[in-house]
Amino acid sequence: MRLSQLEVGEKGIVKEFTDLEMSVKLMEMGCLPGEEIRVDRIAPLGDPIAINVSGYQLSLRKREASTIILQ
Amino acid sequence: MKADIRVALVGNPNTGKSTLFNVLTGLNQKIGNFPGVTVDKKVGYSKLPDGRLAEVVDLPGTYSLYPKSQDESIVFSVLADRANPLSPDLVIVILDASNLKRNLLLYSQVADLKIPVIIALNMMDLAKKSGLTINVDQFSKNLGVPVVPISARKIEGIDQLKAAVSYANKFALQEDSIDVKAIAPGLIDRISEELNIDNPYFALQLAHQHETLKFLSPEQSDRIEELEKEFSFHSQKAQGTETIARYNFINELLYDTVIKPINAHDETVSNKIDKVLTHKIFGFVLFFAILLFMFQAIFSWASYPMELIADGFVWVQNSLHHVLPVGPLTSLLVDGVIAGLSGVMVFIPQIAILFAFISILEDTGYMSRVTFMMDKLMRKVGLNGKSVVPLIGGFACAVPSIMSTRTIENWKDRMITIMVTPLVTCSARLPIYTLLIALVVPNRNVWWLFDLRGLALTGMYVFSLISAVVVAWVFKFILKSRERGYFIMELPVYRMPRWNNVLYSMYERSKSFVLQAGKVIIAISIILWVMASYAPGDRFEKIDQQYRQPQYTKTMTPDSLNLVISSAKLENSYAGILGYVIEPAIRPLGFDWKIGIALITSFAAREVFVGTMATIYSVHGNADKMESVQQKMHSAKNTQTGQPVFSLAVAFSLMMFYAFAMQCASTVAVVYRETKSWRWPAIQFAYMTVLAYVASFIAYNVLK
Repeated sequence: MRLSQLEVGEKGIVKEFTDLEMSVKLMEMGCLPGEEIRVDRIAPLGDPIAINVSGYQLSLRKREASTIILQ
Repeated sequence: MKADIRVALVGNPNTGKSTLFNVLTGLNQKIGNFPGVTVDKKVGYSKLPDGRLAEVVDLPGTYSLYPKSQDESIVFSVLADRANPLSPDLVIVILDASNLKRNLLLYSQVADLKIPVIIALNMMDLAKKSGLTINVDQFSKNLGVPVVPISARKIEGIDQLKAAVSYANKFALQEDSIDVKAIAPGLIDRISEELNIDNPYFALQLAHQHETLKFLSPEQSDRIEELEKEFSFHSQKAQGTETIARYNFINELLYDTVIKPINAHDETVSNKIDKVLTHKIFGFVLFFAILLFMFQAIFSWASYPMELIADGFVWVQNSLHHVLPVGPLTSLLVDGVIAGLSGVMVFIPQIAILFAFISILEDTGYMSRVTFMMDKLMRKVGLNGKSVVPLIGGFACAVPSIMSTRTIENWKDRMITIMVTPLVTCSARLPIYTLLIALVVPNRNVWWLFDLRGLALTGMYVFSLISAVVVAWVFKFILKSRERGYFIMELPVYRMPRWNNVLYSMYERSKSFVLQAGKVIIAISIILWVMASYAPGDRFEKIDQQYRQPQYTKTMTPDSLNLVISSAKLENSYAGILGYVIEPAIRPLGFDWKIGIALITSFAAREVFVGTMATIYSVHGNADKMESVQQKMHSAKNTQTGQPVFSLAVAFSLMMFYAFAMQCASTVAVVYRETKSWRWPAIQFAYMTVLAYVASFIAYNVLK
């Protein structure tokens, strides 16, 4: 299951990343393995998405969300 | 001012860092550039309770010491390089108490550089509201550094923070966070040894960032590169390991200091607001409504102060002409320098209002939602959600807008945004459009609702946006980039704007606009003044002699005679000669040599066009009464055909020319500064000139 496959309101726990470069950037922003993520919203045009992670809201594109694999 | 201690402010974006800076320093601050880079450097002074004076440096907001943009890269250089002129004695790390985990990543990196640190724990009220309990004493004890709870907005805890600064130790007392040497075993020791560095984390950061750091010599950087190969150091992997280690440290640290509420899933206010503001339909409707309101404000609210400034300059020019002796020096000062200055100053109200709006939209958190909504659309044409801000700003002025592209991390996205921003109809084009439209478009209502002239003007604005989008799309295929574009951005919670910050931002932006654009415009206006005031040989003397003859002096009033003389002189000046020289090139566009002069004089700043037209056409109207520029241009006839010079075709051809041509020295200068090369401004100038010529040619030949 990838983060990009979650619907609004659904939750998941980060397991691993498929892309090293993106993982470094995402981890800096608090998306770490073991962390719970909730999809808050999808932009009106369907991309990017807004997620809730470690207590704040982060937006990222679907392509970036698809590099996050959930447990 | 000589300060006793230098303090650097460091923190994540949206933590209230600039509010704290303003509270600490008041109006006692100045903005400059960090040496060697075009990043705004804010420095202010603050009186400490023990009577000493602290110099406070506001460093750009960043999530980590690994920079993602030019602004962020300055943070590490200032903190780590002891030889940096801004190297701080003490760092205040400002943390958002409601979002401690992510904020502590930057703290732990800064702390590992072993500079004395104080933590300012901001937004305690927000944390309390969301049910978080923070044991500040335990927190401080775990970290080994002073922690001061503050509220920068409510100006609470500031005295305690200042006291903590004055008691601060000269030596770093913080506990170690992670085992830095384990991240790159061997390499860190070798770098420390060879470059004589005593801090392992500094050595590790050098391994990561040596290619871009200015304080390293090329030999040092090459040596680090060799060592990296020797130890097969992989920058991204190492950074990943470090980040995970740091978050482990942070989780442990927060375990006995922060108590989270058990039921934390109540929907936040921010989320409720977002349901409306980023709604599929309302979201866009509201966005366009806000834009409309903003333009309305920029054009209507600014018009009164703009007139006031323009009138003020005219008054100064007139009085100086009366007071100072007649001569080339007076003329250079009054008609060259002051006239050029007034051309810049008159835009201050528009720029101030634009930046008030932008800072309100940013402060409230709305701007990042606009970025969120528009990203997909903008990406299709090679831009980025973050390009929306500069493009909107471009309606007022391209100069500050191009400066605001620094927030775009991706190089290609940023370059394309810089390349197309000057196409957006800026406020300097407005007087030209209004003048030309009034000249050829009848004042009539269409469908009882729209004014035909208003429609034409709106058309020019929409046209400019479309052309910017199309050009961006073309650049998307031309520019090559190895970098991958990404869009990982915090959506801060909605807040009320801080009116103080809005005022500061208006003041700062206007000031930096005047200083930056002012220099260029003064230089260019001096050159233009020389070209328009001097002529080869004795041409001016001959004109003076000719018009001193009785058939002129007796039939004309002194005022109108002066106008005739100055017009004849302009025609014979170097500028006028140049106008004749370029006439063959611009004739296919429907322009004569007089328009040629205006094109040349407005080369550096578009708004000069109207003034030049006023001077050139002063001769052709009825010389007995002073007519407005518009009337003069209206009655101007082609000497060969007897037709009006400003036909519909010529007017629209001219508007097309001004829509595309890069007639703004300030923009050229700022693009050079931002891209640090003449290549980009040259490409921009070339493509815009070609587009201007082609569009003009088409418009003239279609409408002729």
